[in-house]
Amino acid sequence: MIAIVDYGMGNLRSVEKAFEYLGAQVKVTSNPGDILNSDAVVLPGVGAFADCMDRLISTGLDKAVAGLIEQGKPYLGICLGLQVLFEKSYEGGENAGLGLIKGEIVRLPDEVKVPHIGWNQLDVKQENPLLKGIAGNPNVYFVHSYHATSKEDVVVATTDYGTDFTSFICKENIYGVQFHPEKSGKIGLKILGNFLEIIK
Amino acid sequence: MLAKRIIPCLDVDKGRVVKGINFVDIRDAGDPVELASVYDKEGADELVFLDITASHEERNIMLDVASKVAEQVFIPYTIGGGIRGVEDVRKMLATGCDKVAINTAAIKDPSIITECARKFGSQCIVVAIDAKAEGWREEGLPPRRKLAEHGGIPQRQDPEDWYQVYINGGRTPTGLDAIEWAKKVVSFGAGEILLTSMDRDGTKDGYELELTKQVTRAVNVPVIASGGAGTLEHFSEVVKESDADAVLAASLFHYGELSIRQVKEAMRDKGIAVRL
Repeated sequence: MIAIVDYGMGNLRSVEKAFEYLGAQVKVTSNPGDILNSDAVVLPGVGAFADCMDRLISTGLDKAVAGLIEQGKPYLGICLGLQVLFEKSYEGGENAGLGLIKGEIVRLPDEVKVPHIGWNQLDVKQENPLLKGIAGNPNVYFVHSYHATSKEDVVVATTDYGTDFTSFICKENIYGVQFHPEKSGKIGLKILGNFLEIIK
Repeated sequence: MLAKRIIPCLDVDKGRVVKGINFVDIRDAGDPVELASVYDKEGADELVFLDITASHEERNIMLDVASKVAEQVFIPYTIGGGIRGVEDVRKMLATGCDKVAINTAAIKDPSIITECARKFGSQCIVVAIDAKAEGWREEGLPPRRKLAEHGGIPQRQDPEDWYQVYINGGRTPTGLDAIEWAKKVVSFGAGEILLTSMDRDGTKDGYELELTKQVTRAVNVPVIASGGAGTLEHFSEVVKESDADAVLAASLFHYGELSIRQVKEAMRDKGIAVRL
């Protein structure tokens, strides 16, 4: 069973539906116990960084997620779910993240329209199990205003939007994507399908 | 590079797609879910569903449609038509759709835009603007639709001409200037503008370049150009000439006159970034 972390900020339905479409057993949950008992965890990104961290901490979900990662089970962070992995973010002031990866979250440059909304290319830097069977530099769907700058060698792909920002990271069993695989059509479903393969 | 988006638009009446659709492999040409997944497979970047159901009582059918689309379609989609307030937006977003388009309700009470943007984020609030060039209807000049029948509509030239916003499906003039209204809705929190030229809609004479250009220059959010697509060239033209971020078409795709792939390949050949 895959736990989709619900921290009460909004709509997780499209992530849930995409996994169900692929035949996976999913549970949308805000219960730390459920998360520790699952085979993998998905943290979708909804809302602002500080609100998300506050909710994760106050509900004990931060510890559950960290515990699951420590057990070696796969974690997939989508959008904000990637960003909270880092040490801190500058969205709405300076706010601490989970600190599982060294680096910080900064705003996209002023020269481009922010938020960055739409289909853009992954410039793939290294192979990754989630990109298995996907050739070249695919287009995926983005909706965000902030992005990660990593101080560790975790970058799987970058994307060009005013700057070459980190759009896909991987550190051992931690996967993080700035784009929305659940909205990226066939390519996105392939990426989520590859995540299911890892769990098996 | 951010790709320019190609968006088919589906008109839905009481849960059924209206305007015939000419795909070969379709079992039920009126089923929004089946058509949406066909367009998804054809390479549409996004979909717009417009609820044109007249009666309020039957509007809830659209919520059901939206939920079913969420189970089968994994590209972004917008739902518009008949959205009256914040509660309608909340219900619609809860079904799993990405954006909600507001039109008449935004004119009646612009604070709806602000309230929705604050609650759900600007990225999911699209304001639809139906605009019509005025001034060509001065004495002695035939209406623009008539001009279309006689070989093409000239672009707006006279500075006295202006674009007026219409609501209620294009039936009611508001007296508002479309360019000023576009600026206003963005300042209220709209994250995107769906701009339809009523003069061009259904003519196949090409998008209204001047209107689109004026709106893209006036605002810093994405603008979807709509109304008038008739040939492959029209899509590249509006993107190049007016800097639209996305182009919308309905009947052209529904009747199979052009495929989404054809449109994208033609745009790519003109040096425009598209998702192929």
